[in-house]
Amino acid sequence: MNTVENYIAPGSIEEAAAALAAGPVTIVAGGTDLMLQTGSGAIAYAKTLMNVRRIAEMQGVSIDGDTIRIGALTTITELKSDAIIAEHLPVVAEMADKFASDQIRNASTIGGNICNASPAGDGIVPLMMYGADVVLASAKGNRNVALSEFFTGPGKTVKADNELLVAIEIAKPAAGFKGGFGKFGPRPALEIAMASVALGGVVKDGVISNVSVAFGAVGPTPMMGAKTTALLEGKTLNEETISAAGEAASEEVTPIDDVRASAWYRRHLIRVMTEEILNDVG
Amino acid sequence: MSAKIDIEFTVNGAVKQVTVPATASALDMLRDQLDLKGAKEACGEGECGACTVIVDGVSVCSCLSYAVDFDGRKIETIEGVQSDEGLDPIQQAFVDYGAVQCGYCTPGMVMQVKHTLDKNPNPTKEEIQRGLEGNVCRCTGYSKIIDAVTEVASS
Repeated sequence: MNTVENYIAPGSIEEAAAALAAGPVTIVAGGTDLMLQTGSGAIAYAKTLMNVRRIAEMQGVSIDGDTIRIGALTTITELKSDAIIAEHLPVVAEMADKFASDQIRNASTIGGNICNASPAGDGIVPLMMYGADVVLASAKGNRNVALSEFFTGPGKTVKADNELLVAIEIAKPAAGFKGGFGKFGPRPALEIAMASVALGGVVKDGVISNVSVAFGAVGPTPMMGAKTTALLEGKTLNEETISAAGEAASEEVTPIDDVRASAWYRRHLIRVMTEEILNDVG
Repeated sequence: MSAKIDIEFTVNGAVKQVTVPATASALDMLRDQLDLKGAKEACGEGECGACTVIVDGVSVCSCLSYAVDFDGRKIETIEGVQSDEGLDPIQQAFVDYGAVQCGYCTPGMVMQVKHTLDKNPNPTKEEIQRGLEGNVCRCTGYSKIIDAVTEVASS
């Protein structure tokens, strides 16, 4: 393990942004990913270690008009039981319930889960499905980036070294929007997903609209399911449509064979979970 | 050697001041600097729960926590669970139900059960199991542990 020369724990985004502008910084929030990855040598510490966990303005879930704001420091446990999330973004709560274990949910933050940029990151998939933006702060100001355009590869994002992910912003879903999250691994708890799906839409008089689909662990980054979405939009949600959507989903994902599952099995899981969620939603 | 940082926090009701490397885990600090050897390192990856401690009222894996982040916080470890009157009811139930075999996982189990029951004093069997999904025991087969927790919850 390499050495850290300075440790700072800023109390505001402004202070954190100033530190980021001054030079290379390793950012820590919950620590559950960073401790492992520095321990294994996958990540080297910068000279400065910055603990952002004391920044109050990055905590908690709030709603302002039609926009839901999730502070980057919101833990997975908080997402699991938050009233705003339960009412407006229930698929996020469903994900939180399937995330790791109690101890990990208590420490892990949603901002950290996003910035870790794992192709299998559970927290990312439902937020992408809901069309979330991330808010990146720097000494020069804030910018919003669509979560679907945030990732460039495993562990890689468009966030610049001088930027801090401070919040996630999501427009309230359309009235009647209903969705689900599917994740598969060898056991329910503490698994890195072999494949995951978040899917939702508004079903009225048997017809599905406002469709959105996202997939995890089936490509170098979490991905939107554009073809599955296009196939479903405006269709009567019957057995035939559901089967065609499962087929489209399994075809548009781009999985690889690795230690956790084969590409063939991942495509199969995507098909099954897509169909399951559509059956629940319909 | 990484920068050393002075921190102050409460552990089991006592204020402690320690100087820790910026990158040290809380588990190493508790065991090596405060001589609190109850929390164990087994997997070191957050998979087994043997290092579970309670920080500001929530259970975490101390092996994945940065010691510097304990600054200003309130920590509870297995060493603080027993009172002057004797074992905590959770500890007593583990003894009564034979939920301890080699014992390596037990401190983490007890802390996680404490957290689970603090949040939900009347859990269902499934809620007990979900509460312990981050704790691994390789001896008991879990049944005796679940029985012990069920007994504490119902009494």
